[in-house]
Amino acid sequence: MGKIFKFHQDVDTDQIIASQYIIYPTIDEMKVHAFESLDAAFASQVQEGDYVVASENFGCGSSREQAPAVLKALGVKAVVAKSFARIFYRNAINIGLPVIVCKDLYENVNAGDEMELSMKEGVVRTGGREFQCTKLPEYMQGILDQGGLIAALNK
Amino acid sequence: MGSTIIEKIVGNNVGKNVKPGDIVTVNVDRVMIHDIFIPFVASKFEEMGFQKLWDADKAVLIYDHLVPASQIDDTRHFKVGNAFVEKYGMKNIHRSDGICHQLMTEAGYVKPGNIVFGTDSHTTTYGCVGAFSSGIGYTEMASILGTGTLWIRVPETIKVNISGKLPGNVMAKDIILKLIGDLGADGATYKALEFTGDTVENMSVASRMSMSNMAIEAGAKCALFTPDEKTAEYCGIELTDKEKDLVGDADAEYCQVINYKAEDFVPVMACPSNVDNVKPVSELEGTEIDQVFIGSCTNGRLEDLMAAAEILKGKKVASFVKLIVTPASRKIYREAVENGTMAVLAEAGAIITHPSCGLCCGRTGGILTDGERVVATNNRNFLGRMGTSKVEIYLASPKSAAACAVSGKIVMP
Repeated sequence: MGKIFKFHQDVDTDQIIASQYIIYPTIDEMKVHAFESLDAAFASQVQEGDYVVASENFGCGSSREQAPAVLKALGVKAVVAKSFARIFYRNAINIGLPVIVCKDLYENVNAGDEMELSMKEGVVRTGGREFQCTKLPEYMQGILDQGGLIAALNK
Repeated sequence: MGSTIIEKIVGNNVGKNVKPGDIVTVNVDRVMIHDIFIPFVASKFEEMGFQKLWDADKAVLIYDHLVPASQIDDTRHFKVGNAFVEKYGMKNIHRSDGICHQLMTEAGYVKPGNIVFGTDSHTTTYGCVGAFSSGIGYTEMASILGTGTLWIRVPETIKVNISGKLPGNVMAKDIILKLIGDLGADGATYKALEFTGDTVENMSVASRMSMSNMAIEAGAKCALFTPDEKTAEYCGIELTDKEKDLVGDADAEYCQVINYKAEDFVPVMACPSNVDNVKPVSELEGTEIDQVFIGSCTNGRLEDLMAAAEILKGKKVASFVKLIVTPASRKIYREAVENGTMAVLAEAGAIITHPSCGLCCGRTGGILTDGERVVATNNRNFLGRMGTSKVEIYLASPKSAAACAVSGKIVMP
């Protein structure tokens, strides 16, 4: 089980990691600034295996791959949202950060709740309830299963 | 059944008919990488074990976000970029010629029907000449540099038909802002936009560019205009039959059709801090401002600077307002000097900067602080984009922006 960090709709990539930090040489130097403008305590509180749950259009805005990369580096196990912006969605899968669409989860959980996601089944379990997710297309799940695009290309 | 423009472009590329939802691997005609992401692209490229570029002529590297360097860290990006160019024999590099999206079409790297990817979300811009172009991350860019291919899902298309004559104080920017407001920030996610109608047929390529540039703000994968005589002249080519055929067929299937009458448009602004928070300027009048920014890949072209100059001619910018003007390219800068536009802007009190991304990416050229308000012609008003997260950004057309600079508050152009 992991703890839920909850975010609203239209969270843009500037909010996930602001422009002034994306030129830092490494993801580790950037990650402490994740979600800084929305929740300054996020980076220090999030633990390995925790989840980000959001409403619609998560990751809209720029093409910066640092956005999923900082979340992965902080130990976020997956992002579960009502919908994702296109570039963020591709980037997340390419770097091996699981992302999945779940229409009903957002309204039924609170920040701090515990949940567990099975990507394979496409199911979230929390508070004794189950929520169905939209499973990834096979092609994308394949990239994710191999650990991302680089691992897939090197095979 | 007929095809939409995107279905034709992808179909031509893969050599078979395609329909929305198909996942296909396309051969990429051109790629663009900019200075912010080149270090990451370079390291991923080597991590993937590639020894050479799939085609050195097809890759373009453009320094624009960090030009000229404003922090010591920025210089590292140029060093890494220059070393990559040297090592892999890249020929197409621009170190100070302007903003990537302006240069890709202006310098002739993109032609109608091409498939182009860039490490920037506003890569949708090249749809202005009928190219399928979209933004990707640096890992996928590294993969294209090695393989020349990318898998894509063929998108559904939303057709936007605009007919009639625009009011004099309305620009293409007002149209795209209105559309984003109507669709919402995710209203076109994963989809293609296709613009048709006599209003867009009568538009300059520069105006079409403002619209395709901002398609991503509704989540769109790309935004397409049919190539015509204006496109041919802009690109310096004669259109082939295949290029002329890049029009949505009458019996093509659209997931949504939106019709606008040009006469119904009014000047609008995207209010803080979402691009789809669009309101008529008439409802915002009187809001005091601290700064105005005219520039960016959305609205830093010659027609934009000339539209601003027409309003500023013989007037002065309000004493407490800083008006920052940033041409989108060196070519535009030179043309604006030659035709007297720059003289008018300077005389009115504008601060004219070198061609670059400038304030739009919030790293240089007029960043703001808590409680300040800016009217800007670029494409994003996100929290913290131009300074602190307590700066309010209103996105507007160059005409609206120029009128606000004179008044020191939001007014109708």
